[in-house]
Amino acid sequence: MNNLYPLFNLIIALTAAPLMSGVINRVKAFFAGRKGPPLLQLYFDIGKLLRKGAVYSRTTGVFFRLAPPAGLVFILTALLFIPCGAYPAVLFFPGDMVLVVYLLGAQRFCMLLAALDTGSSFEGMGASRDAHFSVFSEAVLFLCLAAMSVASGSVSLNGMLFTAGGRIWQVSPPVLLVVVFVLYIVLLVENYRVPFDDPNTHLELTMIHEAMALDHGGPDIAMFEYAAALKFWILASLPAGLLFPYGMKPDFFGNSALFLGVIALTAALTGALESCAARLRLVKVPQMLTAAAALSVVALIFLAK
Amino acid sequence: MMSSGASIQNSGTLKLGDIPRMRIEDLRGFILREVSSGSRIVSLFGHSGREGGTDIFAVTAHDKSGRLSLASAAVKGGYDSLTPDCPQAELFEREIFEEHGIIPRGHPWLKPVRRNTGGGVKREFWRVPDRRCHEVAVGPVHAGVIEPGHFRFQCLGEDVLHLEMELGYQHRGIERALISAPPARALAYMETVAGDTSIGHALAYCRACEALSGMHIPARAQCLRGIALELERLANHSGDLGALSGDVAYLPTASYCGRLRGDFLNMTALLCGSRFGRSLICQGGVNFDMDNGLVFLLREKLEASFAALKGAVGLLWVTPSVLDRFEGTGGLSAEQCFALGLVGPACRACGIERDIRFDFPYGIYRFEQIPVATYPSGDVFARAYVRWIECERSVDFIRSQLESMPGGVTLQRPGIFAPERLTVSLVEGWRGEICHVALTDSRGGFARYKITDPSFHNWLGLAVAMRGEQIFDFPLCNKSFNLSYCGHDL
Repeated sequence: MNNLYPLFNLIIALTAAPLMSGVINRVKAFFAGRKGPPLLQLYFDIGKLLRKGAVYSRTTGVFFRLAPPAGLVFILTALLFIPCGAYPAVLFFPGDMVLVVYLLGAQRFCMLLAALDTGSSFEGMGASRDAHFSVFSEAVLFLCLAAMSVASGSVSLNGMLFTAGGRIWQVSPPVLLVVVFVLYIVLLVENYRVPFDDPNTHLELTMIHEAMALDHGGPDIAMFEYAAALKFWILASLPAGLLFPYGMKPDFFGNSALFLGVIALTAALTGALESCAARLRLVKVPQMLTAAAALSVVALIFLAK
Repeated sequence: MMSSGASIQNSGTLKLGDIPRMRIEDLRGFILREVSSGSRIVSLFGHSGREGGTDIFAVTAHDKSGRLSLASAAVKGGYDSLTPDCPQAELFEREIFEEHGIIPRGHPWLKPVRRNTGGGVKREFWRVPDRRCHEVAVGPVHAGVIEPGHFRFQCLGEDVLHLEMELGYQHRGIERALISAPPARALAYMETVAGDTSIGHALAYCRACEALSGMHIPARAQCLRGIALELERLANHSGDLGALSGDVAYLPTASYCGRLRGDFLNMTALLCGSRFGRSLICQGGVNFDMDNGLVFLLREKLEASFAALKGAVGLLWVTPSVLDRFEGTGGLSAEQCFALGLVGPACRACGIERDIRFDFPYGIYRFEQIPVATYPSGDVFARAYVRWIECERSVDFIRSQLESMPGGVTLQRPGIFAPERLTVSLVEGWRGEICHVALTDSRGGFARYKITDPSFHNWLGLAVAMRGEQIFDFPLCNKSFNLSYCGHDL
């Protein structure tokens, strides 16, 4: 039975990931003095979109159709390497963190190709902005993983977040907190949240992620949305795994509930942040990410000492 | 010989025979001289007389001295364009070219203004002759529920080198329809020249009609008109401040201002039953009066909504992330503003005092002066901040009007128009100066009715403000001007 726990955890991630979008939106609605959409709105949306047909422009080619399923497969594969609280990942091997980062990169690559495939200036702008910022965010993510790897003495995500357990906090708790903070910045930029992107905007000229999905419809959008929800889960799992209460070995259901709670807290924090800050100027995004990179370098140096 | 224009009051009339008629070269000299002495073009339009020729009328305003000047000239075929020496004439000259076929020789970019789909006219957009640059086409159908208009950007990466607009999708032929429209129909047209400026345009129209028929409006009606106009300003300014906040993804102000805009619209509805003030203003006064209970209720609602607005908008000025987006974005200098002849909050945000309520006071504003709100920086922040100061002052104005409303009737029977007259009616709408010029024929009907919406002056300002900005900031910059498409297209 114990061997099946990782699989159960995978199922929880697959089913609960879209809930986080609901949490963010409800928190934002709360701050705006509104009631907000139902928590399960993204499930309804995905269900509705899956029942729809898709329209394909004659100017688009094979990449445009291939990107949504291919991107989703990359994200699903990455999810297999993510441990879940007090339970291990489905798959792990030394160095798998590099694979995970590049699986996320491959999904982005699919999105960019599909966006460029449309020939639309809006999609092209969105793709170029995304490619530009990912240059920074990927580097920051690697630096964070390197710092975690030094602190835990492991080169696999499972080792850092599961096997090491509380030992990772014994090296230098304040420095590790900096890593958690930088990981949260990576979460925001990689998931196209405020202050880096505005998921609610209808203005094409300001879009990044939304611009790349403008010409997709029906099941393709459903796959994009679902992949985005899973990506949020994956990236939220990194700081959540670090912050997961040290030494706690609850039962299976307790663990799942606790882990879900930590991720939901991350989502709520994101909603609160989006409610009290404006979006950055586009030119300032690389500056912000450079500062995050500097922080993670400092953390790495202190941890490696 | 130096030709000078005839001077006219805001909503004064002149006999057509008293308007100086000069040669077109002299009219050109007259306009250039006026503009170089600190005046600006209020309106410049053609009128096809019965003899087949075209008369060009120019109205200029000198804000500092409160002087309106008027001159006309007959023209056949073409004349030397004003635009190279006086950029604010650009759109006016294109309009005259479109409507009367008069060619301004040497106009740098002679395209029709509204009827772009006809054959044989220039349709292409100006292009940067560089392969590294790319074009971005936006519209005419936009993502939000807004009006249609096409924008063509010339970009080098994120940087905008040039922006050209193509409007005209909302052209309805209002000016022509007015010539023969019965008064009730005409008022309905006026209230929909720009749907968000119903009161402003209806007021300008009624004041033009009243001037032509020599009427004096009861004091109580003047006061109610003032209240309605300021409520319209409050509703639109608070909506704009919310939308500006929404465009930088700052939620609190965006969501509260959306509701508060509705509150101010509902106050207008208290007055007349229509949220946009339809059929409130009519020739001879206003259609609806307020009793004491309504005055009390309006005052109460005004105070409550203004307090909430103060809280919501106040957040904008203390949130660093918002200020960072507003400050330095889409800047215009005072010189650019003078050259382009901008009006309204966009102009006052360049530090220039230009407000019809102050410079050419009319109606209630002769008795109750509203100080002009300006801010010197010329950027998105200035345009937002000027709107906020204007909100504060409009509330002060309404407060004091509600306290001391004159008694008496609110409506007089309309009279008939004097024949062969011309009147210029200027009103400071929430977006800026609204100019209506009416000419009557020998039987006292309209021979020509020219509407100049503030948007007509300001669209070029937006294009200039975008130069060198990031295309990412266009929606924010656009919203800070918030110009009307239908008011431009007529």
